[in-house]
Amino acid sequence: MNIELSRRAFLQTAGAGLAGTTLGALGFGDIEAAHAAAIRSFKLANTTEARNTCPYCSVACGVILYSKGDLRKGEQAEITHIEGDTDHPTNRGTLCPKGSALLGFVKAPTRLQQPMIRKPGADKFEPTTWEDAIDRIARLMKDDRDQNFVATNNDGVTVNRWITTGFLAASATTNETAFETYKVVRSTGMLVFDNQARV
Amino acid sequence: MTNSWTDIRNTDLVVIMGGNAAEAHPCGFKWVTEAKANRGAKLIVVDPRYTRSASVSDLYAPIRQGTDIAFLLGLINYCIENDKVQRDYVKAFTNAGYVVKQGFTYQDGLFSGYDEAKRDYDKSSWDYEIGADGFAVVDDTLANPRCVWNLLKNHVAVYTPEMVERICGTPKDKFLKVAEMVAECSSPTKAMTSMYALGWTQHSKGSQNIRAMAMLQLILGNIGVRGGGMNALRGHSNIQGLTDVGLMSNLLPGYLTLPNEKEPDLNAYMSTRGFKPLRPNQMSYWQNYRKFFVSFQKAMYGSAATPENDFAYDYLPKLDVPGYDVLRAFDMMHQGKINLYLCQGFNALQAFPNKQKITASLSKLKLLVVMDPLATETARFWENHGAHNDVDPSAIQTEVIELPSTCFAEDDGSLTNSGRWLQWHWAGGTPPGEAKRDTWIMAQIHLRLKELYRGEGGAFPDPILNLHWPYADPGDPTAEEIAQEINGRALAKVTDTADPTKVLAEAGKLLPGFAALRDDGSTSCGCWIYSGCFNEKGNNMARRDTDDPDETGAYLKWAFSWPANRRILYNRASADLNGKAWDPDRKVIEWDGAKWSGYDVPDIAPTAKPGEVGPFIMNPEGVSRLFTRGMMRDGPFPAHYEPFESPIVNPVAPNVRGNPAARVFEGDFRQFAEPASAEFPYAATSYRLTEHFHFWTKHVVVNAVMQPEFFVEISEQLAAEKGIAKDGWVRVWSKRGSVTAKAMVTKRIKPLTCDGKTVHIVGIPLHWGFTGAAKKGFGPNMLTPYVGDANIETPEYKAFLVNIEPVSGPVA
Repeated sequence: MNIELSRRAFLQTAGAGLAGTTLGALGFGDIEAAHAAAIRSFKLANTTEARNTCPYCSVACGVILYSKGDLRKGEQAEITHIEGDTDHPTNRGTLCPKGSALLGFVKAPTRLQQPMIRKPGADKFEPTTWEDAIDRIARLMKDDRDQNFVATNNDGVTVNRWITTGFLAASATTNETAFETYKVVRSTGMLVFDNQARV
Repeated sequence: MTNSWTDIRNTDLVVIMGGNAAEAHPCGFKWVTEAKANRGAKLIVVDPRYTRSASVSDLYAPIRQGTDIAFLLGLINYCIENDKVQRDYVKAFTNAGYVVKQGFTYQDGLFSGYDEAKRDYDKSSWDYEIGADGFAVVDDTLANPRCVWNLLKNHVAVYTPEMVERICGTPKDKFLKVAEMVAECSSPTKAMTSMYALGWTQHSKGSQNIRAMAMLQLILGNIGVRGGGMNALRGHSNIQGLTDVGLMSNLLPGYLTLPNEKEPDLNAYMSTRGFKPLRPNQMSYWQNYRKFFVSFQKAMYGSAATPENDFAYDYLPKLDVPGYDVLRAFDMMHQGKINLYLCQGFNALQAFPNKQKITASLSKLKLLVVMDPLATETARFWENHGAHNDVDPSAIQTEVIELPSTCFAEDDGSLTNSGRWLQWHWAGGTPPGEAKRDTWIMAQIHLRLKELYRGEGGAFPDPILNLHWPYADPGDPTAEEIAQEINGRALAKVTDTADPTKVLAEAGKLLPGFAALRDDGSTSCGCWIYSGCFNEKGNNMARRDTDDPDETGAYLKWAFSWPANRRILYNRASADLNGKAWDPDRKVIEWDGAKWSGYDVPDIAPTAKPGEVGPFIMNPEGVSRLFTRGMMRDGPFPAHYEPFESPIVNPVAPNVRGNPAARVFEGDFRQFAEPASAEFPYAATSYRLTEHFHFWTKHVVVNAVMQPEFFVEISEQLAAEKGIAKDGWVRVWSKRGSVTAKAMVTKRIKPLTCDGKTVHIVGIPLHWGFTGAAKKGFGPNMLTPYVGDANIETPEYKAFLVNIEPVSGPVA
C-alpha cells in the first residue's frame, strides 16, 4: 500500500518538476502528468469497513469487509474486498485457503436472488413472491398442524406435540437467528427439530 | 473446547486424534505451531491417513478408523501400570475413590443389565453405594476393590500394547512411543491438550471416544489447566451456538432438557432435575435449574407464563421417545409420516448418510422449504443430473419452495466459536436481489401463522398467540433486540438473596448475569449460559480490547465467553488442594486466603474454601467422573466396539456386533455388510480437504479451481493389488450405493495389519455435488451406513465397508 502511494506521489511530483525543465519545454511534462493520473487509485480508499468473522469453521477468524457505499448511512453497499483482521487475537490477520476466497462466496454466481417454487412433478423452479411464498408456507403449516396435533397421549396426559412437520436449523446462522428460530418453531409444538451439530 | 484457541500456546504436548486441525482449522492450528516454536511443545498425530497435521508432527501413529477407544484405554492402562498418574489430582478431583454398587459387572463386551431385544440397558446397577448419611460412599485410600479406580484398572487391563496393535493396527513400538510421551504429562508441571473433531464424533460410539480421552486427561491432571483440556474443534462457525441455544429435538436453551410425557407437570419435571449434592458442601450448580427454566419460559411466553399455570409448562411439547434426531426424522419421512419439512441453511441431501434413502424420503414430503444463501442440492433433489442425481422429476410430487437468505457479510449478530467466545459481527454489504435475513423470514412465518390462528382458531393456538414478541418492528426483529432477550431482563426489582438491600437489577433493566436469575417469574432469560453477553454495560460480545496480562492467552476483554466470561472451564482444578497452582508457571487462579483470583474468571464461588468445595461445580459429586453412573446409554466406562461395518470381528468381544446400545432402524440393519465381509473387504472413511468447506466452497470459483474434482484416496499397495492406475477411474461401492471417481494413489495411506489380517483403507473426501462452480461429483454419503452414536445419534460416517475396482472413465 505504501509503495503504491509513494510511487504515485513520486510521479506527480516528478511530473510537476519536469514541466519547468528542458524536457518540460519539449512537452514531456504533460505525458508524465497524464501517466500519473492514469494510475489506478488504491482500491481500499473511500471504502467502508465492517468487522466480521469468517463463516466457515469454528476458529472464527476476524475478517474486515470493505464496501463501496455505507450501509450505516442507508446506502447500497457493495463488498469489494475481504481480508484478515490483524487486531484479532486468534488469527492475527491470517486466513486459510477458504477464508482468503470469501469474497467469492459473497459474490458466488449461485447466490439465490429471489423466492422460487417447484410444483409437484415439475422439472423446473419458477419465480414466486415473498408474499405468496410465506402465505403458502403458513397455510400448509397450519393445515398440517390442525390435522395432526397431538394434544393428549393415550393415557390422557397433555403432550401438545406436532410431529408431522420438521425443522432443520443451520450451522452458521447467528445466535440471535437461532433464538428467534427456537421461539417460532417450539411455540408450534414441533419436536422434529435439529441443527447441523447432530451430524 | 474447555479452553480456547489462543490457550493452545501454553501446552507441552498436543495430541491430534479424531481430527486434522492443520487442514480443517488452519488458523487455529497456528497456535500449535506457536507452542512448538516458542515452548518446545511436541505434536502427536494419530490418524488412518498421514495428514498435513501429521506432516509437521513429532510423532505419527497410524490407526484403523473406529478403534480409538482401544487405543485410548491402552494409554490409560499404560499410565496406570507404569504409575504415570497425577495421584493427588485423581484422588481429590475425580470419583476414583467412589464405591460402586454390588451387581455392576462388565463381561464379554457387555455391562450388567443388557436387554438384547431392546438393544438397551437397565442401568440401575451402574451407580454408587449411598451411605446412611445420604451421600456417596468414598474410600480415599482407593483400597476398596469396588471403588471406581480398581474397577477402571480391571476394565482397561485387556488393552495391552499387543491388544492395541491387534485391534488398531498401530505397530506396538509406535504405540509405546505415544504412551511414553503422553505419560510424561502426568507431571503437575506438564500439560497435554487434546484436539479432536468429527473424526471422533462420527462413530456409533462417538461419545465414548471423547469420554475415553477425557478420562485420560483427568488421570494426567490436565483438565482446568492452561495448555490442557478437551478441545472439540467444532465443524462449522456456529454449531456451538446453535447447540448452546438448544436447537435440538430434546433440548431447551442452555442444556436444559425438554420434558417427556412421563412428566405431566412442573413438579414431576423438576423431581428428576433436583441435583442434590452427592457429597457434603458441594455446589452442584444445577440445583439452580428451576431458575433457568422459569426465566426461559418468561422469555418465551412473557405475561402468559404465570406461577398459576406452572409458567406455561403445558405450552412445551412432551417427548414420547428420547429425541426426534435427524436419523429418526428421515426414517419417519421414509415411512411417509412427515408431511412438511423446513431446512434453514442445511444441505440435508449431501450431509446425511445413505443418500438413496434421503432422496426417497424427501420424495414423500408434501412440502419442502429451503432457506439458504446458495443453490443447494437439497432444494434440487428432484432435478435430474445424470448419475450424480438419478431421479425422475415427474415421479416426485413434493412441492419445493426455495427462499434466498443473506450470508454472514449481510447480517449483524453473534457466532460462538469452538472456544465458547461469542463474537459480534457487523454487516458490510447489501443482500443480493431479494435475499432476506433469517430473522425476517422466521418473523414473517410466525406472524402469518399467528394471523391464521387468530382468524380461524385451530389446534391449541395458545403458545403461538402468546409467544412473547417484544420487537419494535414485529416483522423484522433486530439482532440487538434478540441478544438482549437472550441475556435476560429483570421483570421486577431483583435483589441479592444474601443481602436484600443490595439491588442486582431494577425492573426493566438487563440482568448482569445468570446469578441474578430467579424462579418466581421476576426474571426472563432466553439462554442462561449466555447471560452477561449483553447487559447494562453494553454489548459485551462486541468488545475488542486485546489486553492480555502476562500473555496467558485469556483475552478477557475480547468478546464474551460463556459462561460468565470464563475462558478455561474447571479452572479451579488448575490449583492444588490448598489453592496453589499445580504449576507456578501456568497459574490460572489461586486462593489468597479469602478468595479466588487470577487471570481468569474463577470457575468456583469466589469465596469457596479449597478443600471444602470440589472444582467440578456442575456435578453433584463436586468431582469429575471416571465412571459416569447411568448417564451414558452404552456404559459407565468406554469399551471397544467395532464399527457396524467392520473388516474384522471384535477381538475383545467376538459376539458383540457394533455398539450393542446403538439404535438401528429395521431395514437399515439389512443394509450393513457382515463383519469381515468378503464382498466388501475395504475399510472406508470420509474427510475434508483444506481447500474446501463442506458443500459451500464448491460455489466459489477460487476454491473450485484449487480442488475441482471428486476423488478417492488409496494406498500404492491396494492400487497394485487391484490394478488401479494413478489418476485412473474407479468404481467404489457399498451395500447402499456406488460412486465413480478418480483414484488418488498415495503414500499417505498404508495398509494396516489388524487381528492378523491386512486391512486396506479407502479415503473419500466430501465436498462435491451437482450445484456450484466445481465439477459434478459424488460424495461419501452415497455409501455411508444409516446408524448413529448410541448417545447422541451422530451418524457413523467415519468407518464403513466398500469394494473397489478399476473402470474406464466416463465418456466426455
